[in-house]
Parts: sequence; structure tokens; C-alpha cells
Amino acid sequence: MRIALLGFGSVGRGIARAILAKDLSITVTGLADSRSGLIDPDGIDLAAALARKGNGDPCGLPDTSPADVVAKADYDVLVEVTPTNVETAEPALGHIREALRRHKHVVTSNKGPIAIAYPELRALAEANGVFLKYEATVCGAIPLIHALQEGLAGNTISRLYGVFNGTCNYILTRMAAEGLTYEQALAEARELGYAEADPTYDVEGIDAAIKLVILANTILGMQTTLADVERTGITLLTPDALQLAEDQDCTIRLIGEIVPEAGALRVSPRLIPEVHPLVVEGTLNAVSVETDLAGELTFIGKGAGSTETASAVIGDLLYIQSRHVQGS
Amino acid sequence: MKLEMKDQPGQLVAALKPISAVGGNIIAVIHQRETSAAAETLDVQIVLELPEGRLDTLLELFREQGVSVVRIGEERLLYECTLIMIGHLMHTDLSDTVDQIDRTGSAEVTELSLVMPAIDSPSSARITIRSTTRAEAKKAIGILRGVAERKDLLIIEPLEDA
Ligand SMILES: NC(=O)c1ccc[n+]([C@@H]2O[C@H](COP(=O)([O-])OP(=O)(O)OC[C@H]3O[C@@H](n4cnc5c(N)ncnc54)[C@H](OP(=O)(O)O)[C@@H]3O)[C@@H](O)[C@H]2O)c1
Repeated sequence: MRIALLGFGSVGRGIARAILAKDLSITVTGLADSRSGLIDPDGIDLAAALARKGNGDPCGLPDTSPADVVAKADYDVLVEVTPTNVETAEPALGHIREALRRHKHVVTSNKGPIAIAYPELRALAEANGVFLKYEATVCGAIPLIHALQEGLAGNTISRLYGVFNGTCNYILTRMAAEGLTYEQALAEARELGYAEADPTYDVEGIDAAIKLVILANTILGMQTTLADVERTGITLLTPDALQLAEDQDCTIRLIGEIVPEAGALRVSPRLIPEVHPLVVEGTLNAVSVETDLAGELTFIGKGAGSTETASAVIGDLLYIQSRHVQGS
Repeated sequence: MKLEMKDQPGQLVAALKPISAVGGNIIAVIHQRETSAAAETLDVQIVLELPEGRLDTLLELFREQGVSVVRIGEERLLYECTLIMIGHLMHTDLSDTVDQIDRTGSAEVTELSLVMPAIDSPSSARITIRSTTRAEAKKAIGILRGVAERKDLLIIEPLEDA
């Protein structure tokens, strides 16, 4: 199977390393970062590209743009792993449309295009007889989309709720364990690379809200946008509040919740018993699903990370390979 | 509730056993000897707390024990839920915030723990609300949400089971 890899950051390089380390029958024929691109129908030398990137150089040639890779490279699947833009989803959205029109499957970890334009992209994929997969957009390594779409097919989901943001979960874990202030815990998260320089997107609950929109629109048959999510972040939490919770054997976690029947999407800090299955430590994610046939299920795993997110992308790629792509 | 039972040794204990069996808590037992003309039965009034939805089980157990329930009094404030509030709680009139719940008649604030931090920084409080039913508790939380919005407070609600 030949892929074009758009984005060579944490996720893109994780995918490249996994392809190098394991025999996955995947050949990369197109590659791009923000400033350069490479096209090679015989397969790009990934080790060399990783080395260039490691030296701070572009992965490819300055005269080949990401758009060139999408439009001209010879590939079966476009792997779109560039930064999320929650307002316009561009330039990823345009690239995905172009690939689908070229009858190429698309696998992405980018939340923007899926949250904003899923119905359109799905219709486009169907019209062109190709797959559009996005497992990595929600909860990194946890195969949640697959479980909901395949394993739990036939179930009616009455409620879906959980911890969707590892950065917030890390901060809250540390505030509870050490009595740190929000600012102290955030500084620690930054030092460890768990929080961005501008943490707004995580700590205000926007990241969790987008994931709810993706699940609502692609799995639960709802039609929602980011503006429909009732959202409160964790920036105002105090160590006192966590102590008051602990006095009653509870703690506080940022919980995303969807109740399809009520049309309700909500992200907010909630009081939760310490022994509750959703109380996971550090940067872990955890999601509970209430269904009519299967009962209640809880999924726990790493929600982010280079290799972990690559795992979800590769799962999608091999799914497509086993169902569609002939040869390798 | 008011219970009627046979006036025989051991009857009262037999009547009280099912209460703990369903996780209830006896608050008071009022024992009246000068009872009905026949004097073969004994009237006992019991004030108790029960977890939500256990009343039917309890009545069933009473029946098995041969204890008949003469009258069931008003169900009161048996549902409990706890929230945390963060903000300038004192400056925004905490007693008025509590009043808004108490005024409903179907829910009341039964416990409040306040932590006062350094001057001018937001304070945190844990507040326990008791209500007759879960629906009333939801209503009370709704009121609190409205108050929180007006007073710029953060409310941390419990994660409830559906
Ligand atoms: N990291 C995770 O754990 C994780 C988990 C789940 C989902 N995701 C999602 O996966 C996507 C990638 O995340 P990441 O952590 O790998 O991001 P990242 O480390 O910032 O890497 C982004 C990559 O995309 C490249 N890029 C930026 N604009 C581009 C454009 N217009 N065309 C082509 N390439 C472009 C960047 O180029 P330069 O190298 O030149 O800057 C970089 O190589 C994001 O949408 C993110 O939300 C990430």
C-alpha cells in the first residue's frame, strides 16, 4: 500500500518510525511538511527524511508544496496529520477534498476537517468509492471510533462521557495529589511537554468539545458544531476545591458528556468519586459508553503521543488495506 | 410512618430489622401503649431515613413479618447531592445563594464547608443539598446554575449516573 504523508511532526514522524521498525507493507511515495515536499513513486527514504527533520531541516524539497504532493504523487491513501484548525479546517480540508476527488482513501488525525465538514467529506468519499477514516482524532491510541462503529454496531447509545483531554487530566491529577495551584500544575505540564505554550485550546475545554462534536456527528447521528457544546474549562479551579472534594472521597475531572436524546453536549469540571472508573491518572484518557445491548463499557488508554497516535493511524491504514487495496 | 403490630415480645425488633436490611436509618421510635380498644396490637411510630426507591422493598418486608403499616407520612428530603462552588462567595452574598435553594421548599442546603483563601482571591465551598427526589435535586442545581451565572461563580456539579 502506498501512502502520501502530509505533516511530519509528532504524529507524522511516529508513523514513519513505525513503518521503518515493522513490516507493515506500507510504502511512502509522498511526504510534506509546512515548507517542503517530496515525491518518489519508488518509496521515499524515511530514515533520511527523519534525519533531516532531526537536524532542523525541511523533510523535502522547497519547490515541492504540500498541494503538489496531494495532487501529483502516486498513492492509495492520503495520511493527513497536519495541525488542527478549528475555525476553517484549512488547508487540510482542501487537501482531503482533492485526494477524495482523485479516488484516494484518506486517513487523518486532524480534528478540524472531521468536526467541521464530515457529512460533505463522507458523501464525497462514498461518491468516489473510497474510505475516510479518522480514528486518531479522538482519544489517540484508544480505538473508540472503531469500537463504536464496528464492535457496538446495532447498539443504541444513550450516553457517552469521559476524560477526553490528557493535558487537563494531568493538571487535575497533580493539583489533587500535591495540592498544587492551577498555575503550578500547568507550568509542570508545560515543562514535561504535556501542554502547549498557549494552553487555551486544552484548558478551556475546546479540544474536548471538538472531540464530542466529532463523536456526535459521525457516530451518534447528530448535527452539531463547536458552538453547541456547553463548555467550562479548568482555569478557575483551586486547590481548596480539590481538597473539599477529597474530604468526601471524591475528586474533580474535566468530563465531556453527550446525551443524544436530549441533544446535549457538555464539557465541564465535575465532582466524581475517586473509585469511579473514569478517574484515571496523568495524561490518560477514559471514555464510558452506555448502550442498550452491551450495557456499560469503559475504554482507557493514552490519548496522545507520537507512537500512540501513530497506532490509531496505522490501524486505519491496515483496515483499508485489508478491505480495499489490492497488492501492497 | 405509623406501624401496627401484634403486642408480643420480640415484635418491635422484628419490625425494625427490615429497616436496616434496606439500608435505612432509624431516627426516632415513638411507642404508644394505650392503643386501640382491642389492645392486642401495638402502635409504633417510626421516623426514618431511606435510600431513594427503597420504600416498596421495605413495605414488602414488613408484610412478610406480619407488621401492618397504618400510615405513611410525608416523604421528606431524602435525596442528597454535593457540589462545589468557586468564586467570590462572600462578596456575592453567600446567604442569599443558599436562600435561593431553601426557598424552593422541596430542597434545602444542609451542609456548607467554606475555605477562605488569602484576601481577594476566590474562595471555594462544598455544599450539600437535600431534596425530596432526584428531580427536585436537579431543579435545585438548575437554580444554582442561574445564580452562579449572575454572580460569576463556578459550579462543579456531580457526575451522576444516568
Ligand atoms: N500529537 C498527538 O499526540 C496527537 C494526538 C491526536 C491527534 N493529533 C492531531 O494530529 C495532527 C498532527 O499533530 P502533531 O502533534 O503531529 O503536530 P505537530 O507536531 O505540530 O506537526 C505538524 C506537522 O504538520 C506540518 N504542517 C503544518 N502546516 C502544514 C501544511 N499547510 N501542509 C503540510 N504540512 C504542514 C508541520 O510542518 P513543519 O514541520 O514544517 O512545522 C509539522 O510537520 C494535529 O491535527 C493534532 O491535533 C495529535
